[in-house]
Amino acid sequence: MGGMQLGAGISAGDTAWMLVATALVLMMTPALGLFYSGLVRSKSTLNTFMMSVAALGVVTVTWALIGYSLAFDHGGSLVGGLRYALLHDVNFAPQPGTAIPRLVFWAFEASFAIITAALISGAVVERMRFGAFLVFITAWSIVVYPVLAHWVWGGGWLQHNGTLDFAGGVPVEMGSGFSAFAAALVVGPRRDYHRQALLPHNAVYVLLGAGLLWFGWFGFNGGSGFSVGHPSVLAFTNTLLCPACTLVVWFGLDLVRERRITAIGAATAIVVGCVGITPAAGYISPLLAMALGAVAALPSYALIVWRPRTRLDESLDVLAAHGTAGMTGILFTGLAAQLSWNGVANGLFFGHAAQLGWQALAALAGPAYAFIATFILLRLVGLVMPLRADDRQQAVGMDVAEHGEEAYTTGEGAILVAHDEERSESLAPSLS
Amino acid sequence: MKLVIGIVRPERANDVLEKLYRAEVRGLSMSRVQGHGGELDRVETYRGTTVQMGLSEKVRFEIAVSDSFVEKTIDAICEGARTGEVGDGKIFVVPLDRVVRIRTGETDTEAVTPLEANR
Repeated sequence: MGGMQLGAGISAGDTAWMLVATALVLMMTPALGLFYSGLVRSKSTLNTFMMSVAALGVVTVTWALIGYSLAFDHGGSLVGGLRYALLHDVNFAPQPGTAIPRLVFWAFEASFAIITAALISGAVVERMRFGAFLVFITAWSIVVYPVLAHWVWGGGWLQHNGTLDFAGGVPVEMGSGFSAFAAALVVGPRRDYHRQALLPHNAVYVLLGAGLLWFGWFGFNGGSGFSVGHPSVLAFTNTLLCPACTLVVWFGLDLVRERRITAIGAATAIVVGCVGITPAAGYISPLLAMALGAVAALPSYALIVWRPRTRLDESLDVLAAHGTAGMTGILFTGLAAQLSWNGVANGLFFGHAAQLGWQALAALAGPAYAFIATFILLRLVGLVMPLRADDRQQAVGMDVAEHGEEAYTTGEGAILVAHDEERSESLAPSLS
Repeated sequence: MKLVIGIVRPERANDVLEKLYRAEVRGLSMSRVQGHGGELDRVETYRGTTVQMGLSEKVRFEIAVSDSFVEKTIDAICEGARTGEVGDGKIFVVPLDRVVRIRTGETDTEAVTPLEANR
């Protein structure tokens, strides 16, 4: 084995897969940035992408400092304790219930917290000030995400009740979706909402982003069994089957409504299907995963068609794609969970009606906490600093207003600014 | 006949189109241009390179109108494009020697009069 050190109770195969799965999930955040930036106007491309990039930095830091501990320390039933704060006890020892080191478990879960915070940005693109967004996700990644993750995974009350959530229907999908709903309400609509058509500026980014998200989702769901065993294998294959069915059904819905199949619709369908299977991935049979894909398309499609007619500028439909589809997946798990496939529990279809009750409880409590906590949090941030860019900044575009950069600069008319005298003088002696 | 050229902010282009439509000015072309009109330069930084962006994105409207429509067109552009900040743009009105509608061969004032007005 050369210099390889493998601690007692650690599986080489499981650990190897979880390292790869973590990297796959981490890639989903820039993929989301690409997906979102294609959906906005060209003058907000970079700002939109940067909101996802920001989560990579900010949330990794808060997760190391305290977020992980609040989520995964088996303390209270509502929130974890401080045992793992500042990465204390996050080491090579096996994570309880798995054969992978705690360090790998920590990193895998970090990648989930990151993308969830990034997902909310879809509700506030093209008008939320970047500084205010940074403050918001810093607080959100401490106060909201760890609590929801604790409820279903960290020994919280939903997990004790028996709620099944394989890869994050409650914390990631409903957590981001209903937080996005609250964020859109508090931040308010874009200046041009319902005054102008606000169209996606690059559908290719949207398709490529969705494709990369799907690719990453094999790590997201396939890694949520924390092993190379049956749950991971089942979740992996269901992550292919379910979104494929959503895509096909979405084509049908597009044909009926528009008489044409749209590219942005297809990209949306991929995300909806991946979200739908997330809570159910390791619990339901492959055939029922296909049924879930078909079912999940309907409520999300309806909400995406209806929402732009309302005054709610939840700009990139995070509620429909993640909140609604996550809820569909959580409830469907209560119907279709099958002991012979998952070794854990049956759902209503297989004679265990109580499972649906526990899933319904999660589908009420998760969204309620996410919505209320985010609403209050953003109101508090709004007391300290303005949340919105003013009308003139929005008109110029968030890229120039917030970052002093453009996504598609030509260089025409750009005059090089000479370095100031002082600096060139101080450099001169060392160069001579 | 005059050719009215309006150079406006891109973000006001839709407002200008709407005002022109309400003033019943039909028949126009627009293009994206870059220009400089005395507004403050934007400073942008890319890694170690700092640049002043001397040119701003603008939208250029070109509208050929009969004499009776000149004032209406100018007013519509002004109303749609004005924000009160430096950089709102300019309107140039220049005389036209000749206009031909290609489909019918009509010339001059007939050629710049919208179809519904002829009916």
